[in-house]
Amino acid sequence: MELTINNRDFAVDFPSDMPLLWVLRDGIGFTSVKYGCGIAQCGACTVHIEGEAVRSCQVALGDVWGPITTIEGLGTPAALHPVQEAWIADQVAQCGYCQSGQIMQAAALLNDNSDPSDADIDAAMSGNLCRCGTYPRIRTAIKRAAASLRKA
Amino acid sequence: MGRAGTIARRTFLIGSVAIAGGVAFGAYYVSRPTPNPLLKGLGDGDAALTPFVKITADGITLIVPRADVGQGIASTQAMLIAEELDIDPASARLDPGQPHPAYFNGTVAADGLPFPTWENGTVASSVRDLMITVARLTGSQFTGGSSSTADLHETLRRAGATARETLKAAAAARAGVSVADLRTENGHVILPDGVRIPYTRLAAEAARIGPVNEVALRPASEWRRLGKPTQRLDIVAKSTGTQDYGIDVTLPKMLYAAVRANPGRGGGMASCKADAALAMQGVRSVVEVNEGLAVIADNTWFAFRGADALEVEWRAPDYPENSAAMWEALAAAHATGDYNSRLRDDGDVEQATSRAETFEAEYRTPFLAHAALEPLSATVLVEPEQVTIWTATQVPHVVRDAAAEITGVDAEKITLHVLPAGGSFGRRLDHDYAVQAIQIAASVPGTPVKTTWSREEDMSHDFPRPLHMAKMRGSVADGRVLAFDFDTISPSLVESWFGRVFIVPPGPDAMLVWGAYDQPYAIPNYRVTGYAAPQMVPIGSWRSPGACSNSFFHEGFLSELIHAAGADPLEERLRLIDNADSRRVLEAVGAMSNWAGSDIGPGRGRGIAFAHTHGVPVAEVIDVTMTDSGLRIDDVWIAADCGTVFDPVNAEAQLTGAAIFGLAHAMNCELTYANHAVEQTNFDAYQGMRINQTPRFHTQLLGKAERVRGLGEPATAPAAPALADAIFAATGQRLREMPFSKSITFA
Repeated sequence: MELTINNRDFAVDFPSDMPLLWVLRDGIGFTSVKYGCGIAQCGACTVHIEGEAVRSCQVALGDVWGPITTIEGLGTPAALHPVQEAWIADQVAQCGYCQSGQIMQAAALLNDNSDPSDADIDAAMSGNLCRCGTYPRIRTAIKRAAASLRKA
Repeated sequence: MGRAGTIARRTFLIGSVAIAGGVAFGAYYVSRPTPNPLLKGLGDGDAALTPFVKITADGITLIVPRADVGQGIASTQAMLIAEELDIDPASARLDPGQPHPAYFNGTVAADGLPFPTWENGTVASSVRDLMITVARLTGSQFTGGSSSTADLHETLRRAGATARETLKAAAAARAGVSVADLRTENGHVILPDGVRIPYTRLAAEAARIGPVNEVALRPASEWRRLGKPTQRLDIVAKSTGTQDYGIDVTLPKMLYAAVRANPGRGGGMASCKADAALAMQGVRSVVEVNEGLAVIADNTWFAFRGADALEVEWRAPDYPENSAAMWEALAAAHATGDYNSRLRDDGDVEQATSRAETFEAEYRTPFLAHAALEPLSATVLVEPEQVTIWTATQVPHVVRDAAAEITGVDAEKITLHVLPAGGSFGRRLDHDYAVQAIQIAASVPGTPVKTTWSREEDMSHDFPRPLHMAKMRGSVADGRVLAFDFDTISPSLVESWFGRVFIVPPGPDAMLVWGAYDQPYAIPNYRVTGYAAPQMVPIGSWRSPGACSNSFFHEGFLSELIHAAGADPLEERLRLIDNADSRRVLEAVGAMSNWAGSDIGPGRGRGIAFAHTHGVPVAEVIDVTMTDSGLRIDDVWIAADCGTVFDPVNAEAQLTGAAIFGLAHAMNCELTYANHAVEQTNFDAYQGMRINQTPRFHTQLLGKAERVRGLGEPATAPAAPALADAIFAATGQRLREMPFSKSITFA
């Protein structure tokens, strides 16, 4: 089976019911996609499929319907996405394990809504669990990223 | 020291044991300097000027031995060295190093003694010194107890200064000038004529001269990085998905493993059938490990499926079958009257409660999981003469020793790569997952195996925070708190946890009464008694152990008494506090929140709590509002004093993160047991706080306390009682049991 990930094509040979999470992590080596719960309760495995934020632990390989973007496809240390710039400016991460998922969720929010209110942020982000409690800085960083994207 | 210093003691046993330990090692052994572990295997021309700084022609490596579990300590350690070494810490390579006595943690050992951290009397100080020596000699390299900055801040700055002065001495010898005429800047020694010599070009010469140990540390007024907002060294990696955690290790020809252990911990296995698992796609083998079985497979998902397919008959463990029976065991332990400690007994509580109106209350806190978001994981390669381990751990020396014991390979031939952890909250102070991973890898020598626990395995095989109960009595008179008699009951954490990773120290269990006996209040009649209930499920350290329950009990019941006295919750605490640092944080939180009582309008309420844990006084004020969809936490004010703040951006994160941790679990988390097993095995049943429930935070670090202390835990303990107090102010409902969601709906 062929997957398009970050604009590159990958041929994979795994059972069609294998969760995309494990195909990405163990099958191809995208360890930025994190395993936290396996039941769509934490959001650590969030990636984009056709620009939509999805829990990759709940998408079977056989059901992948379009190109996938992981956080590496969003931006890199040498070429940061505005959401990542904001995450760095506000020093959001503590352990950082949830942050790939948080950033992918926030990027999808800002694609749909360039000026999210607190209520919009709550609605979009409440499925992403952070055990360290970085939520205050996540809120600030999303607003910083939104302002930066509006100017761009 | 006033009344709060009159703490009853049964502590001389500890003191004499520590002394005996020192004598047994012999005077020479105790006093000899700890060798520098970096000197072993050092390349020609490389310099290891201290155990913390290695300079080669390729660059500078800083050894940062305390484990980064999210608290940012890797960065802080590097900044402390870099400040004196005059380098940009971002230009250096950070390495946790190999476990070694040079990296021992004395503070965490001293804090475990039954003396309040604010007590600085002769006995306390001398016994602490002895414990620090024991920790050094045993090579105890724990990361925990909010001790890293407190323990290492001077050592690391001194290491940086020693390396700098040694490099200068090497440059002086080469250039034939006086050291006094040299200065250093950004990784270079600057000669009087302005020529800049990179440190890396001085390594070989510096290695040949002895380290310059007589160094003066720069005063805070000269610091360029410390104390100022700086960027965490891992922040770019953690914002781009490029940080590798323990669970992300990927090696050539690596296999993957999952564990299926008895959900009744310690019960063992009666029988098992692995045929179905072995017949599944991608499954290689099934091996027996501590507490159960493991499946080795071609990827983690195949391994998880294989583990699910194992047919196992478990034996029942020897602890009570369900939560109700466990609570009964606590009540029964209390009923015996046979207590473990009575570390505070001021005035006469019996007399004081007999002549005034007496109030009584029982409080409870449940078992809680650590539930770090990164499930427990370790990757191990066992070879005939060596073992290599990649994992996140707070006890590297314990993991290394376990590997030596399991494989029979010499401890010196074990290489441990300590990787950043995706959270811990105390869980990685245990090493059970690493033991299993070593056993698994030992079954396929020559092949690296990554073992990953499923979330369900992680939550059902935690060493949880213990359930904890308090029975309290008190009285008031003339608008004041007159008496407080506090019995606190829980299985002994020291006995359970230390028994697994260290030695069980004799004497009373101080952790059982942390956050209880050691609060600097001068209540005239004040008694704290700790009861050690029988061991049930094995338990562990959970962010601010002991105090995470005791502070809820202590501050909750103190609030009840203050309310009964008709006093103001802040004013009465200020009247009772007998410690200058603590008074200041209470005054500060009052000023920050414009405190004018707990009544802030209809449907709203304001609460306050104070705790002194890990050497740090913290006061928190919380405002709540009852809304149509439930109770909302609006604002949290936190004032704390950890002395000098080296890393202010990170310090603020620790204050808010710890408070959120305290609030989250108080709101809606518990582990309950049925058929000996944990009933909440994933985040659907263990929600914690979400962003939509997160209040605004307002924090202040006073920076006036004399001693430097750490902030990973201290803001945790007062969060729950401050919330309960606010809920009482808003609703009139006094919550005496966590989680509060049993009694109230949160928006």
